[in-house]
Amino acid sequence: MPAAAPSAPRRTDEPAHPLMRVESLHVRFGSQEVLRDVSIDLEAGQTLVVLGESGCGKTVLLKTMIGLIRPTSGDVRFDGTSLASLNDRALAHLRTRYGFVFQGAALFDSSTIMDNIAFPLREHTRIPESQVRSIVESLVDEVGLPRSVLAKKPVQLSGGMRKRAGLARALALDPQLVLYDEPTTGLDPIMSDVINELILRVRERPHVTSVVVTHDLNTARKVADRVIMLYPLFRLRPDEPQIVFDGTADELDRSRDPRIRQFVEGRAGARLMELREEQARANGERGIEAALDENEDDS
Amino acid sequence: MASNDITPSGSMPAGGVAGWCADQVANLGQFAMNWVTGVGDVALFSLQTLGWIFARRQRRDVLLPNFYQIGVMSLPVVALTGLFIGMVLAVQSYAQFKALGLETRLGSVINLSLVRELGPVLAATMLAGRIGSAMAAELGTMRVTEQIDALESMGANPIYYLVVPRFLGCLVLIPSLTVMADFMGVLGGYFYSHVLLGIDYHHYWANSREYVDVFDFLMGIFKSLSFGAAIALVSCHHGFHCEPGAEGVGRAATNAFVHSFVMILVLDLFLGIWLNNVHDFFRPEGPRKLL
Repeated sequence: MPAAAPSAPRRTDEPAHPLMRVESLHVRFGSQEVLRDVSIDLEAGQTLVVLGESGCGKTVLLKTMIGLIRPTSGDVRFDGTSLASLNDRALAHLRTRYGFVFQGAALFDSSTIMDNIAFPLREHTRIPESQVRSIVESLVDEVGLPRSVLAKKPVQLSGGMRKRAGLARALALDPQLVLYDEPTTGLDPIMSDVINELILRVRERPHVTSVVVTHDLNTARKVADRVIMLYPLFRLRPDEPQIVFDGTADELDRSRDPRIRQFVEGRAGARLMELREEQARANGERGIEAALDENEDDS
Repeated sequence: MASNDITPSGSMPAGGVAGWCADQVANLGQFAMNWVTGVGDVALFSLQTLGWIFARRQRRDVLLPNFYQIGVMSLPVVALTGLFIGMVLAVQSYAQFKALGLETRLGSVINLSLVRELGPVLAATMLAGRIGSAMAAELGTMRVTEQIDALESMGANPIYYLVVPRFLGCLVLIPSLTVMADFMGVLGGYFYSHVLLGIDYHHYWANSREYVDVFDFLMGIFKSLSFGAAIALVSCHHGFHCEPGAEGVGRAATNAFVHSFVMILVLDLFLGIWLNNVHDFFRPEGPRKLL
């Protein structure tokens, strides 16, 4: 019997299974293991915040969820469809149900904001250009940008405006799942709060599920239905799970786990000792080089 | 003594000669594996690019800016290079030809060299320097700033959007740039030979016409097509696989030019040999003798 052609994933209003299921995910780059046995079930309509210190694999997890990074093993299922089972064309089609807000907005430098936001509409729909313009204008209104920015290039906008333009572009196709990568990084506290408000506003849209990767606790407390915390693998024993916390933001604040307390209270703790050890190692290496130089001089 | 315990990098390891030999073999094996992987990667990248050319029509508003950058903006520098190379050929050849009393044959040598070799190679070299590096730097910056990831996340194919227009631009426009380099070189050679060296223009052109035929011109154009394709693929590949940071982008731009230039020279040699065989097949009497 011929194999069935890959069909467009079906959109269901009330899924019987989680919208996204991350199953025993392992990601390794060469000899460096970044994610180990990470499993997450994400219910439709939920806003999940993934917390963790820099380098713990938060962004890798987010990019694996949309198939930008292929896992070493394990699987990601979106609305029941395994990303690993899809060919490039089917994966591209599935991605129209995602919105991705990148850390640096990742707007196309050579295009205007209008062309940036209109890109997904022009790529995936046959909407007439006049209607595309009105959709883009309503998106720009929704994220609180003046319409005058539409004619500008990304380089002419401030960091906060670029982030909002990136959010408008991510919302253009009315996605089911919106992924935010460090949405408030590099912004002042006021603009960070504006972005948090926008995430809340996006959550109000029907059927929208969100995953927010951040190390900003204010964002987590403000927008999260559920918080998970990833811990860097090199600080864990092989038998310890990488997700060290899974609960609400209130439970996170009340947690007594020293690893979580250290993150919540922002204490360097043992990291300072590691820093000193690294410095000592570097000094030691310099000592060896100096000894070699002396040896060469003697000979 | 403490210094005896230290093994500086590059000196004999603890395992002695056998260990050193094993390390060298391992390094060689690693180098060979990296090389094979790299070639395979470029081959797959090229196949994907070719596939997308036929899979979906390019948008005019994406193609035209690329064509403008690659073709129109490269014309002045290619024309200038061709003009000076034509004159330099006259300068360098004149003394030898004058000693033999064959100054009037200068046109045939200059024009034959230009249309067969120097026109296509110089046009391609200028294209690699001006456009290849810029493409690698632009795509590299897009990779580093996650713009390529953004394209993919929106369900668009980055090869279709970013590589195919640049590939088509190089492929379609390099023949025009080669014709310009040829034309300006011929003009430069004639100007120097006739105006400054006083060679009779009638004999200059008559000899050129006798020894340079359409095949020579087409040979240059054919070679330029392969140069254009190589420049686009090598440069875009470097941009796509750019390492993070400003250093990574800089290295991608430099490597794009160096590897494109090497490809131009290698292709020039092998295509030159093959096209000479093709010429001999159609013209068994061989090329006409200059002297």
